[in-house]
Amino acid sequence: MDVAIDGIGLLAPGLPCWRESRAVLAGDRPYQPTAVPSPEAAILPPNERRRSSDSVRWAVQVAQEAIEQSGLDPRDIPTVFASSGGEMLVFDQLCRVLATEERRVSPTLFHQSVHNTAAGYWGIATTGRQSSTALSCYDDSFAAGLVEAVATVREEQRPVLLVTYDLAVPAPLDEARPITEGFAAAFVLSPPVRDSTVILRLGLEQAPAGESACFPEYLAERLADDALERLRLNNPAARSLPLLCAVAAAAPRTVELAWLENQRLQLTIEPCRC
Amino acid sequence: MSPSGPMAPLVLSAYTLVTANGRGTGAVLDAILARRSALKPCDFEDVALKTHIGRVAGLEDFSLDHDLRPFDCRNNRLAWLGLQQDGFTVAVAEAKQRYGAHRVAVVMGTSTSGILETEHAYRARDPRTGALPAWYVSRYRYTHNMFSLGHFVRTCLGLEGPAMVVSTACSSSAKVFASAARLMRAGFCDAAVVGGADSLCHTTLYGFSALQLLSSDPCRPCDEDRDGLSLGEAAGYALLERVERAGGRGAVALLGYGESTDGYHMSHPHPEGAGAVRAIRDSLARAGIRPEAVEYVNLHGTATRVNDEVEDKAVYSVFGARPACSSTKGWTGHTLGAAGVTEAVISALCLTKGLMPGTLNCRRVDPALQCRVIRDHQFGALSCVVSNIFGFGGNNCSLVLGKL
Repeated sequence: MDVAIDGIGLLAPGLPCWRESRAVLAGDRPYQPTAVPSPEAAILPPNERRRSSDSVRWAVQVAQEAIEQSGLDPRDIPTVFASSGGEMLVFDQLCRVLATEERRVSPTLFHQSVHNTAAGYWGIATTGRQSSTALSCYDDSFAAGLVEAVATVREEQRPVLLVTYDLAVPAPLDEARPITEGFAAAFVLSPPVRDSTVILRLGLEQAPAGESACFPEYLAERLADDALERLRLNNPAARSLPLLCAVAAAAPRTVELAWLENQRLQLTIEPCRC
Repeated sequence: MSPSGPMAPLVLSAYTLVTANGRGTGAVLDAILARRSALKPCDFEDVALKTHIGRVAGLEDFSLDHDLRPFDCRNNRLAWLGLQQDGFTVAVAEAKQRYGAHRVAVVMGTSTSGILETEHAYRARDPRTGALPAWYVSRYRYTHNMFSLGHFVRTCLGLEGPAMVVSTACSSSAKVFASAARLMRAGFCDAAVVGGADSLCHTTLYGFSALQLLSSDPCRPCDEDRDGLSLGEAAGYALLERVERAGGRGAVALLGYGESTDGYHMSHPHPEGAGAVRAIRDSLARAGIRPEAVEYVNLHGTATRVNDEVEDKAVYSVFGARPACSSTKGWTGHTLGAAGVTEAVISALCLTKGLMPGTLNCRRVDPALQCRVIRDHQFGALSCVVSNIFGFGGNNCSLVLGKL
């Protein structure tokens, strides 16, 4: 199943946006995981930005970057938001309040606790009415989101925005889910046309018996750069790095993504025709 | 709406449901026919809110053991209870034989997953260090994480196909039908177990209370004096297969789905129901049917002032006052992330019985509503039902179910 990649957004330590990160991801410049400033997420109306959580701003920032590259009107584009934990910072605040005698939950905090919070804020910012799906598949949330997005492109025959994001988990929840760095990436995926610049071919197959998800390193998705590889293993959204690196390399490549212990995605990148 | 035209119907070759009304479709149907509400004054843990809830009995009386022990939490117990009803696991085992374990997908919906475990863990933090208790730390993945439910159901059923959890607040387990249909049409699987489970927790009880959306009485959908919703909990499932493999005359099938967003506000619906209209129209277009073919609309009907008013505008603008409309929230309460599958299974039962259920607890239909809201049960030939679900983040989904 083929889709074109018409726009990419990226935000992570040392990877401040897609354009400035291409050389690093292609292996032409060393990766230095410097902290990134809190994203502007300029498309959010000021009121919404003030109330929004960090994860909303990260997700909206990369979504906006990808959409701007594509030149498409965001109101026409269905969305898929893939995140392992969603609003972990909100859960922390909420559960602290619920552990007090008074349990005085703020209405805003409550409606920000849903897994589709970032998707909802994106919809409000763009005033879009297209479908929007928020999903999770633990460490393989990006793979699941990619399949949902590609299936939607095929079904609707129109571009789809895929956003994947997970932020550093605050204490004390970090003991249960030790994600130490934030990561967000977005892709505008479209039905291929003659002048598409990057084609992604997606295949799904059964993983050979005996291979286990306990050892994600076995797969062809392992990255050459040690620091990038640590980031990939630390944050579920960073499981999109092999795809990002393959696109940045601007050469035909195939990478694999584990999807649970018994499915695997084969992603073939064909940059060309430009 | 899909440019590739109407979708091929997908048969619900097995389905089941557990709500506060009971375990299995038989108990649910009996309660509907007897107009027996399951809503009772809130007795959930130490919650001191003046509200009614639809609590599933018995979830405190057992635990998940052996291989399933890490998954043990209220939400997965409820999910487990659901799996045991109506011969559902047998039907899935047969599908596994037919297609292979790796060709059967699991797409589940939930809004809060096992967050109750995290709520408990935060109360049990170490007073000195603030650390969470050890019993919780190793089990976050299997209880609270949003994928826990999908992981659990896949493990219970021994399935190895694609899997994900859709979490779009109240529309979650309606949208799983759409996601599964896409996966099947794209060839990523041959059959799919879809469903949802959402259980009572402090987050939603105190959260909806903070939004001033909880009624202190059992909820009264579409009533002129309605004053808010009642929360409930439920788990439900359907096995989706293609007609050529599982179809038969009279079988209940998913004929269409429509998804949209309001792009308006996180917790208020669009005042004219613009997103809802779009979801309903898309579901009909995908089913390849005209509004006149729909005999009954199972409303989202939460019994908040605003929801019922806006939904009425949306439904009326598509259907006029012709089809019978009702909400079944008076029986079960609003089961949030499980509402989609709860009402899809109820709609399937209605189709098989030729039943258009009345609106329980609705004493006088709000004269401001334009749709034909029914208070009493009506019986007759029924071939096509639309079920609406709208959620936070302005996330809407409508399903068209019909008899082949």
